[in-house]
Amino acid sequence: MEMTVTEKILARACGRDQVQAGEFVNARLDLALANDITAPLAIKEFEAAGAGNVWDPERVVLVCDHFVPNKDIKSAEQAKLVRDFARRQGLTNFYDVGRMGIEHVILPEKGLVVPGDVVIGADSHTCTYGALGAFATGVGSTDLAAGMITGEVWLRVPETIRFNLEGTPGKYVSGKDYILYIIGQIGVDGALYSAMEFAGGAMRELSMDGRFTMCNMAIEAGAKNGIVEPDAVTETYCRGRGRRQPVLLASDAGARYSRVIDIDVGGIGPQVAKPHLPSNAVPAGDLAGLKVDQVVIGSCTNGRIEDLRMAAEVMKGRKVSPDVRTIVIPGSQDVYRQAMHEGLIDIFIVAEAAVSTPTCGPCLGGHMGILAAGERAVSTTNRNFVGRMGHVDSEVYLAGPYVAAATAVAGKITDPSGL
Amino acid sequence: MIFEGTVFKFGRDVDTDVIIPARYLNTTDSQELAGHVMEDIDPGFVGKLKAGDIIVAEENFGCGSSREQAPVAIKAAGVSCVVAASFARIFYRNAINIGLPIMVCPEAAREAESGDLLRVDLDRGEVTNLTKQKVYQADRFPGFMQEIVAAGGLMEKVKEKINQRPGPV
Repeated sequence: MEMTVTEKILARACGRDQVQAGEFVNARLDLALANDITAPLAIKEFEAAGAGNVWDPERVVLVCDHFVPNKDIKSAEQAKLVRDFARRQGLTNFYDVGRMGIEHVILPEKGLVVPGDVVIGADSHTCTYGALGAFATGVGSTDLAAGMITGEVWLRVPETIRFNLEGTPGKYVSGKDYILYIIGQIGVDGALYSAMEFAGGAMRELSMDGRFTMCNMAIEAGAKNGIVEPDAVTETYCRGRGRRQPVLLASDAGARYSRVIDIDVGGIGPQVAKPHLPSNAVPAGDLAGLKVDQVVIGSCTNGRIEDLRMAAEVMKGRKVSPDVRTIVIPGSQDVYRQAMHEGLIDIFIVAEAAVSTPTCGPCLGGHMGILAAGERAVSTTNRNFVGRMGHVDSEVYLAGPYVAAATAVAGKITDPSGL
Repeated sequence: MIFEGTVFKFGRDVDTDVIIPARYLNTTDSQELAGHVMEDIDPGFVGKLKAGDIIVAEENFGCGSSREQAPVAIKAAGVSCVVAASFARIFYRNAINIGLPIMVCPEAAREAESGDLLRVDLDRGEVTNLTKQKVYQADRFPGFMQEIVAAGGLMEKVKEKINQRPGPV
């Protein structure tokens, strides 16, 4: 029987020839991930179960990225619990300050996830790795604890919605604009429990960084996973990185989809999602002139090198508005270093933007850029819920790096083509 | 299991950031988390809530982050059950895994109003709005999930596996 790429990966992970959407399966894990916010609860559960050791110290990955470098005493206590556990268990893939990056930036970067993998992470944006042609999904701390002990996870095989993206994008349009547009079309529960499979000519032309951005936000449409069939772009990215042999799988021509949606990317301009849902996407031009107090460029959604290149392209030779606090957060130490070698960090600092060590920080209202009541931010992050970046009466507008940088320069929401 | 309580009604797309804002995620203490539950959507919620009360919401309850602190805070605050038209998938899993009773019942969710008295019969999959004198049939959990609920949560099932491991653990 013909299968989608998601079904094929899950069939392989439970040792079967085929599985079908709707079935419950127990899948073998290739990797289990948690961070400094979700690991403490998982560790509590792990220890309460009397498990002793994790199933594989090379495949349990812990990343302190949310509230580190620690923002207060309580966060320091929580991170210490994670640090102590990682050392006690002898985890080979534990990432902390100085070696750390945002989890969903560093796992692919270090080759910890390869095509064909099954990954769970106690972080909703674990779906990012679907960009590599892996099955990756977010879970809670208890699921993660069970995964750390057994090396397995129970899953309902999801139905798949296929998005065929064709056409040629305009200038200043990136993967972020594609995904905001798509979420705007289908809504924040438009792909509930489903796989979002991104395919078509425009996806083949999209860079790995753009694909990570798109799969990252599959959860914002309620999806279980986002996925892109691996191709030459994927193989080039994985070369010299992967610690395990990639398994390249693709959907069969006759695979069953719950829905097929055709999109002409030529018709998508730079997007902005208004508060307080990622589905409130409109063309950036519709909001032109709206004053902002802060711009954040970074996160697991848009903290990769290509994102910083886009922002720098706009900021080069310019200064950010004196009324806008502009915060640039490279997603990993490697991204930071690469940006430094390319002169991007210099461009940001000359433009009078702040550049931070990698952290999730302001994205979830943790630290490094919290908003006061009545303040408004444009951010390349993934959520604009009530109070997401600070005060319950603050506002977050989501956009890609081009729009964010243009907005920082102009002091108000700006379509970069009009700068 | 049967629960009876007063309804606190919410709309659609209630996200985990308003259920428990990230600024409180620097602790795993369930009572401390419970003190802030729903704070950013209904600041007076904790003060009004009585043990056993029921949250009713429209579509996509618990969307957003994977934070298990969301169902943990709801449970620790004394909410007996959450009835919604639909749940976001990670919240749904988390609720089952930690033993927070939930029920998918679109019609009951749409028609209930704050202050109504609701009875939820988990075993029969039935929701009764005692105020409106109306009975609704809810979706049953798939068999696979009923096993987890019956075992007392996911970790109880995992413990069975640990006990089957050869040698010392």
